[in-house]
Amino acid sequence: MNGVHDMGGMHGFGPVVVEKDEPVFHSRWEATVRALMTLALRRYFNLDEFRHAIERMPAGDYLRASYYEKWLHAVETLLLEKRVITPQELTAGRASSPPAQPTASHAERPPLRALFKVGDRVVTRNLNPTGHTRLPRYARGREGVVRTVNGPFLLPDTNAHGGGPDWEACYAVEFTAGELWGAAEFESDTVCIDLWESYLIGEENT
Amino acid sequence: MNDAHDDHDHNHNHDHGDGHHPEAPNAVEARALALESLLLEKGVLTSEEIDRVVSYYEHDTGPMIGAQVVARAWTDPDYRRRLLEDAPGALKELGFENAARTELVVLENRPGVHNMVVCTLCSCYPWAVLGLPPTWYKSAPYRSRAVSEPRKVLSEFGCELPEDVKVNVWDSSSDLRYMVLPERPAGTDGWSEQQLTALVTRDSMIGVARPQVPTSSPA
Repeated sequence: MNGVHDMGGMHGFGPVVVEKDEPVFHSRWEATVRALMTLALRRYFNLDEFRHAIERMPAGDYLRASYYEKWLHAVETLLLEKRVITPQELTAGRASSPPAQPTASHAERPPLRALFKVGDRVVTRNLNPTGHTRLPRYARGREGVVRTVNGPFLLPDTNAHGGGPDWEACYAVEFTAGELWGAAEFESDTVCIDLWESYLIGEENT
Repeated sequence: MNDAHDDHDHNHNHDHGDGHHPEAPNAVEARALALESLLLEKGVLTSEEIDRVVSYYEHDTGPMIGAQVVARAWTDPDYRRRLLEDAPGALKELGFENAARTELVVLENRPGVHNMVVCTLCSCYPWAVLGLPPTWYKSAPYRSRAVSEPRKVLSEFGCELPEDVKVNVWDSSSDLRYMVLPERPAGTDGWSEQQLTALVTRDSMIGVARPQVPTSSPA
């Protein structure tokens, strides 16, 4: 989805602010949320569902919320959707029904089958799905070069929505700064992005 | 996850003296604790499991793992080659079995090439070798700007790169996790692996800094 989470190249967020001597967790509840997510992951939902649950937050809330507040929102959302907990239980803070059984599947990874090879020129598709995707907006319809061939990994676009399993080769594709940003100050600087095969078109087919 | 934590009290009565983080809203904290107690009551998870996860992140992972790997690569060219070809295998060699389960890729900085890692879409980070990411790495300014103006971001970190050094930014969007192997700083000939490990900072393995030799050298 073309959400506010897809931040690459956006303006207006100001300088990077570094917190000196930052602790691992700022308070106990952050650690608790981290643990709840870690323990629920793969039992009740997968990582793509989790990411998409964060992306589905209203844009204003997403920008205002702290990092672990976003995580808490996503864990609550998914545990409700998967019927591990009910809205009544969440409001009352007391259990009133048994939880749904763990459902997440553990798909077996097949051997790698890759359409492209290192050095191939590819163009990214101009995809604008309303669901989850890992093709950032700033890299759509751009030409790049395959630098490494990896995977197969599950296609996030279906894995986030109960589809698949769609195992695909995933490529580190290198783009020049000039290709991505137009007249970049240093055109030969590059950005490398891991992109699933179905995000890409071979140059001979464009 | 690592060894079970001692069975200390699992105390979720919160210490509100933690006043250095003013934006942590009490309502969110209350929601987190309510969800936790509900899941415990329903038997979905146990407090021992929660303790184990928290203890792992607080004690068992952190930049000290990445730093040892980098220092070994600086002193052993064969190890360096294996690390660049198969990072999980190289982690296992040093006994980091947990970290080796991550699909880690190590990016080599060398004369004329500087690598830098970001996740523009969320917060992907090689926590198995660097620990949990700092807040700035997960923040909108870093995620938005690292890909479009990396040199400005680097200079804000005090890392000024000459024009003839090419900047390669890696936007982690898949199951792979990226860590930077920084260049060994000049003036460290003859240093022990342990001395070198102390030079390797988290930020240098994200790629927003370069290791520096302190003016009062430990050698």
